Amino acid sequence: MLKKISSIPFKGTAEQEAQLKAVIEANKDDKSMLMHVMQQAQAIYDYLPYEVQVMIAEGMDVPLEKVYGVSTFYAQFALSPKGEYNISVCLGTACYVKGAQELLDKLSEQLGIGPDECTNDGKFSLEACRCIGACGLAPVLTVNDEVYGKLTGNDIPGILAKYMA
Amino acid sequence: MYRSHVLVCGGTGCTSSNSSAIIEALEAQIAEKGLSEEIKVIRTGCFGLCALGPIMIVYPEGSFYSQVTVDDVPEIVEEHLLKGRIVTRLLYDETVQKDEIKSLRETEFYSKQNRVALRNCGVIDPEDIDEYIAYDGYQALAKCLNEYTPEQVIQIVKDSGLRGRGGGGFPTGLKWSFTAANQADQKYVVCNADEGDPGAFMDRSVLEGDPHCIVEAMAICGYATGATEGYVYVRAEYPIAVKRLNIAIEQAREYGLLGKNIFDSGFDFDLHVRLGAGAFVCGEETALMTSIEGNRGEPRPRPPYPAVKGLFAKPTTENNVETFANIPQIILNGADWFASMGTEKSKGTKVFALGGKIKNTGLVEIPMGTTLREIIEEIGGGIPNGKKFKAAQTGGPSGGCIPASLMDTPIDYDNLTAIGCMMGSGGLIVMDEDNCMVDIAKFFLDFTVDESCGKCTPCRVGTKRLREMLEKITDGKATLEDLDKLEELCHYIKENSLCGLGQTAPNPVLATLKFFRDEYVAHIVDKTCPAGVCKKLVSYSIVADKCKGCTACARKCPVGAISGTVKQPHVIDKDKCVKCGVCMETCKFNAIVKK
Repeated sequence: MLKKISSIPFKGTAEQEAQLKAVIEANKDDKSMLMHVMQQAQAIYDYLPYEVQVMIAEGMDVPLEKVYGVSTFYAQFALSPKGEYNISVCLGTACYVKGAQELLDKLSEQLGIGPDECTNDGKFSLEACRCIGACGLAPVLTVNDEVYGKLTGNDIPGILAKYMA
Repeated sequence: MYRSHVLVCGGTGCTSSNSSAIIEALEAQIAEKGLSEEIKVIRTGCFGLCALGPIMIVYPEGSFYSQVTVDDVPEIVEEHLLKGRIVTRLLYDETVQKDEIKSLRETEFYSKQNRVALRNCGVIDPEDIDEYIAYDGYQALAKCLNEYTPEQVIQIVKDSGLRGRGGGGFPTGLKWSFTAANQADQKYVVCNADEGDPGAFMDRSVLEGDPHCIVEAMAICGYATGATEGYVYVRAEYPIAVKRLNIAIEQAREYGLLGKNIFDSGFDFDLHVRLGAGAFVCGEETALMTSIEGNRGEPRPRPPYPAVKGLFAKPTTENNVETFANIPQIILNGADWFASMGTEKSKGTKVFALGGKIKNTGLVEIPMGTTLREIIEEIGGGIPNGKKFKAAQTGGPSGGCIPASLMDTPIDYDNLTAIGCMMGSGGLIVMDEDNCMVDIAKFFLDFTVDESCGKCTPCRVGTKRLREMLEKITDGKATLEDLDKLEELCHYIKENSLCGLGQTAPNPVLATLKFFRDEYVAHIVDKTCPAGVCKKLVSYSIVADKCKGCTACARKCPVGAISGTVKQPHVIDKDKCVKCGVCMETCKFNAIVKK
């Protein structure tokens, strides 16, 4: 899986760093907890910038290339920050056969960005995901934690308008 | 004691359509009417009929309310709960017949089902261990520890004929006996809850609706194989399942059902939860173990098999969620009971996640040997909008499809393999005449290209080339020779890949080629897409007789490809047209056709 690596400067706070240090401290004796630590780090920072991966490598006493290897292997780890509103279109099979591609195309067209990209103002980011398990509502998309189901391309402008204000 | 119980579905599907707000509103309004002592609201797991969510059942009447909204809550509280008058307009239509209200079990969706793995889903509160215990919970574990030797437990599982529900169909008892036979200072039990097949949600529903049964089954497996520690590897995309599983483990520890000296038998067992991070290959057992160890989830060559050298290089038994969900019932009811269901070589039931172009999307559990026709036409309620059934896809990116001509095949492991398909984990996606089979094959290849871990060349490079060939076909640039090359490459990838992901990646192509070769040929020779899906091969035109010259399409067209004078038939300039389809959506007279 190809990952887009962000060139946006790192803006971590001391508070975030303290949280991450606490997570590392609690898990550093068990190397198999590396993924858990990275998941927690992503929960703290929303993504895994280079600086955070360095902190994890040093704290867990594993080579940086291993941290980088894990972060690029799993789809869940983001190397670029997400927008204020992250729109995730489900491209699971059930959604795909019911027209999820059309939703993604329409969003790309309206926002002027492709999947895994963020609008210049940092407001919206777009991604395609694999099955959130709400197949009964297919096709679905989520905006942050809000789920929208049984959609057609015509519903897209209305959904975006809710977040434009 | 409560005089009435209101069960509201708290599965992912219904939660996505706001069932949490319904529960809050119910509780608030019940309290307001002073009924809190009389009526209990319970958040359950999945009822299965996700298409009609959010779902609510009121007992003792058994009224099945579907597609409930927060606005309906006052009426339900006022009419049904306070005055005892059922709100007929909200009932699931299948249960309403003239003046009579049928029970849920008599509806077509439920009557053909036989719930074993799902038996507690939608029945108990998954966050309350006492409710699980009231439904015979942890009795199977007690029975094993007090009455059976580990060898006897394995024999019961062997005799039941249970086979792995994750897709492979390996006999579960045999798998357990391999681990049991190996001596080691530490052994492990692993539950594979990394349900990666997009469009499948059986395992999630079991974890959400009945997490304790997995805890219990894993402890039984630990006792039988000599393991004292277990890991559940669950997708991070399933937050509700993760939360309930953690609650279940905590409660089991509190009750002494996990930990040291369980039931004073001297048997120790404890569980850990590890979250996946969105890698399909981690559903493969060796990759899953590599991932639990904190690495990139790359598969390992077998042998050595996990029963010899698995997690942390110790003997390990790995089963998927649905397999485990059957275990307590097999122990309690006996191997013969389980073996009495199903076909000769596939015993018991199978849970399927029905999705795609079908009326009753949701979760169904049927005895092995049920035909696809029964699943789709009777349980599933058929195809919506009067469309024609084309194929059902099973086994996700590793599986194949079943065409209309084979709808009467009884579904079990061996029959599906015989027709070039596979059982898979249980995703069953229905496709109608509007779906292009070449496009579907390409969709699955997109998936495997994305998810290939890159360790072995046949899969890493082969799947890429395969997708390029499919793209050539859907772009209308392929020749019949390419079709032969496509098939050759499929076989090469199947035979040479390291793990299950690569070995099965060409299946969607091979299966669609087998049953829908004419569609491939139409793309290649006639340069058309019969289903009208492949954009590069479709063209839009205006039927002059139907066009009223209202100019609506011309105004909407983003590239100005439509011209004509008012009240005269318009025409589409095919060179300018970008095939977005806006004109067709706009036209009120059905004058625009797609070919």
